[in-house]
Amino acid sequence: MAVIETRGLTKRYGRVVAVEDLNLAVEEGEVFGLLGPNGSGKTTTILMLLGLTEPTAGEARVLGLDPMREPLKVKARVGYLPDQVGFYGELTAWENLRYTTRLLGLPEAEARARIEEVLRRMGLWEVRDRRVSAFSRGMRQRLGLAEVLLKRPRVAILDEPTLGLDPEAAREFLGLIKGLKAEGITVLLSSHLLHQVQEICDRVGLFHKGRLALLGTVEELAQRVLGGGYEIQVEASPGLKEAFLALEGVARVEAEGGRYRVFATRDLRPELAQVAVARGPLFGLALRRPSLDEVYARYFQEVAHAA
Amino acid sequence: MRREGSPWTGLWAVFFKEMADHLSGLRMRILEALILLSALGAVYTGTQTLRQTVGEDPYLYLKLLTTAQDPLPSFVGFLSFFVPLAAIALAFDAVNGEYARGTLSRVLSQPIYRDALLFGKFLAGLGTLAVLLLALFLLVVGMGLFTLGVPPEGEEMARAFFFLLATLAYAGVWLALGLLFSTLFRQPATAALAAIGVWLFFAIFFPILTDLAAGALLLQADPFDPESQLRQANLALWISRLSPNTLYAEALTAVLNPAVRSLGPILITQLEGAVLGTPLPLSQSLLLIWPQLTGLFALAVLLFTLAYVAFQRQEVRA
Repeated sequence: MAVIETRGLTKRYGRVVAVEDLNLAVEEGEVFGLLGPNGSGKTTTILMLLGLTEPTAGEARVLGLDPMREPLKVKARVGYLPDQVGFYGELTAWENLRYTTRLLGLPEAEARARIEEVLRRMGLWEVRDRRVSAFSRGMRQRLGLAEVLLKRPRVAILDEPTLGLDPEAAREFLGLIKGLKAEGITVLLSSHLLHQVQEICDRVGLFHKGRLALLGTVEELAQRVLGGGYEIQVEASPGLKEAFLALEGVARVEAEGGRYRVFATRDLRPELAQVAVARGPLFGLALRRPSLDEVYARYFQEVAHAA
Repeated sequence: MRREGSPWTGLWAVFFKEMADHLSGLRMRILEALILLSALGAVYTGTQTLRQTVGEDPYLYLKLLTTAQDPLPSFVGFLSFFVPLAAIALAFDAVNGEYARGTLSRVLSQPIYRDALLFGKFLAGLGTLAVLLLALFLLVVGMGLFTLGVPPEGEEMARAFFFLLATLAYAGVWLALGLLFSTLFRQPATAALAAIGVWLFFAIFFPILTDLAAGALLLQADPFDPESQLRQANLALWISRLSPNTLYAEALTAVLNPAVRSLGPILITQLEGAVLGTPLPLSQSLLLIWPQLTGLFALAVLLFTLAYVAFQRQEVRA
């Protein structure tokens, strides 16, 4: 059963369309990436899933519950990390989480145990008595994830989790998100930093102006948009483009002197190497995972051309 | 579409958190110090005056609260000046502050409704002011005991209780106003300024305007027809009662001064058989101010409802 399901979900603000006719199904245990530029409707979608914003049309189901009718049940089971997550700066990390456990209605002993557990897990136990106003952006973000875990959620919705983090902190944070998946928590995350999150997403949906433009695994999308799920970089002698194109499974070749970018439907490194070696020296051969940024850029180039 | 689950879930969590914030916050400390200093000053001068007349007045402690001596206003005068200020200070950043700190969406993603958040904040503000008022009042009575050496009587305390209740209702009005502005304006500074503007309007300009209106209305009255003069006077009084300050002042007058038997113009025929200067029993004084108390309460409820509707319609996202 799909954990998150939407049918024709639409949100309009006056004449501005924020989300239009969204049909989405997120399966249990997967990490789903809601990707797209700022203002493309990601956060609005998330707010509708949590019952914090009323959809103009369509419906959503989260864990089989209607977020508009039973928001309390949904919010008790779904953890949410907002973008630009804020805490009460004058309270300590521990006190902030204590407030959350009170809102959750947890009994005292249970609350203390859970707070300790999540703070230790996020590496914040040592700073639990420090005021949050003294926390760095990365620490706040980890505190936010700690708060999500406090609920023992079945679904975690993370809005722009890596925004504003330095590369090291972002990588660390993505590692923590992978940990959620290992625990069996379904993760829905939104981001406009496609290259950062593509590593951890099982499937992604690309948003463009309120519409879900593309949906699938990164490889599928690359295949569909770039004409090949695999990009192989070859450094060899010049003039091999035709020979490469003649190979079965090669969709496209971009040549620049002796450097080639070959887009293929499968891993063609052995064949490419043979061809290259037969015609001259081979300097380098590398398989690159297709980048979502490229998928996105190319797709919307094509859309713009078609229009 | 019916929503399931109680809107009160989490109300007490919000209430206690907000109350703790208020009581430990610097803002409240400053206000407390300010109110305390002025109240002590007022009471001190009050006792100096009253010492000479101890034993002559059956309502000594009520006098203690209301006696003013130039240049200081009475304790009650100080309170009616500071209570709106304190209420506004507690509420002006209640909602927009949560937006600014980015905590609103996080708190609302917990299993509570918005109702609980707003109502919890309102109750916490009211609770804080109640604690403050009660502490201040007990302090004043304690000082009175010290300097006057006469224990207060039951009726006096009952009247003082209703005085505190009326003050709380008055505080509720300004608290609800602060809450409303904190929902309507995104900047806390704007909300504070707007609320203080309304307060200044009612404290300073409204009396001037009603005086002008009363003068104009009396001019319209037929100088040879007392009935039309009475009508105009009543109309002027009615206009002045549009201000919460008037309602509060009237409630205080009647509840703290048992000799007051009417809050408006009174005809000589109505006084027939009355022994002037005899105090009314508490129940009669209450009857006199019941409309005023109801009015204050209704105004607070109305303002809170407006804030509630505005908050419910607001997008969570800043």
